[in-house]
Amino acid sequence: MKIEHYRKPDELHIKLCGELDEHHSAYVRMSLDSLIDDGNIKRLYIDMSNLSFMDSTGVGVLIGRYKRLKPHGIPIYIQSPTPTVDRVLGLSGIYNIMIKAG
Amino acid sequence: MKNQMTVTFNAISENEAFARNAVAAFCVSLDPTVDQINDIKTAVSEAVTNSIVHAYPQNAEKEQITITTTVDDDSVHIVVSDNGIGIDDLEVARQPFYTTKPEQERSGMGFTVMESFMDLLSVEKNTPNGTVVTMTKTIRGADWKKKKH
Repeated sequence: MKIEHYRKPDELHIKLCGELDEHHSAYVRMSLDSLIDDGNIKRLYIDMSNLSFMDSTGVGVLIGRYKRLKPHGIPIYIQSPTPTVDRVLGLSGIYNIMIKAG
Repeated sequence: MKNQMTVTFNAISENEAFARNAVAAFCVSLDPTVDQINDIKTAVSEAVTNSIVHAYPQNAEKEQITITTTVDDDSVHIVVSDNGIGIDDLEVARQPFYTTKPEQERSGMGFTVMESFMDLLSVEKNTPNGTVVTMTKTIRGADWKKKKH
């Protein structure tokens, strides 16, 4: 599991690469929180085009980040999930609370 | 013809990728699509994660999970079992978003994902203790059967 990121004014762009399951969830949770805390952001983008696998543990990680950002009014955009990851996200209702972008 | 594989491994999260990939590799003889393989991997990962996270509150690393995978002419049958504390109320546990560990940011979607990605799912108590999850997915549809006969 690898996490890439870059920043634009007001925006944090994160790219998840690899497989997000229980084994990598703590690392992803900690990395995302530290990137989010490290700078003022108004929007969070998560690129999933290189996330080859994710199960419902990953959904838990995403919902946890949503709960942290919601009080600050910071929206989360999900970009380019692979078909299987997209199905897990859709099934979990993630697209009711995050925006699918591309 | 039936072909069967059984793997037993320690109940640690390092083994999740191994477990789902081992089952997926065994199904290759059925000539599944990429989507079907991914469905199987996801369902297996959910079942194994449940056992790792919930079955053994103490010393999980010393405990084990067993997966038996059987392929027949058109389907794969997967049985994931542990000898842990079991599930008190199986019906409640299968409800979407139900989790006993909300403080760990658990989504409670494990059984819902298994149910959606596989064709059949049953969850039962193991004997003498623990949980058995049985899942079936038909890989080859009516077209293949027609061609064969």
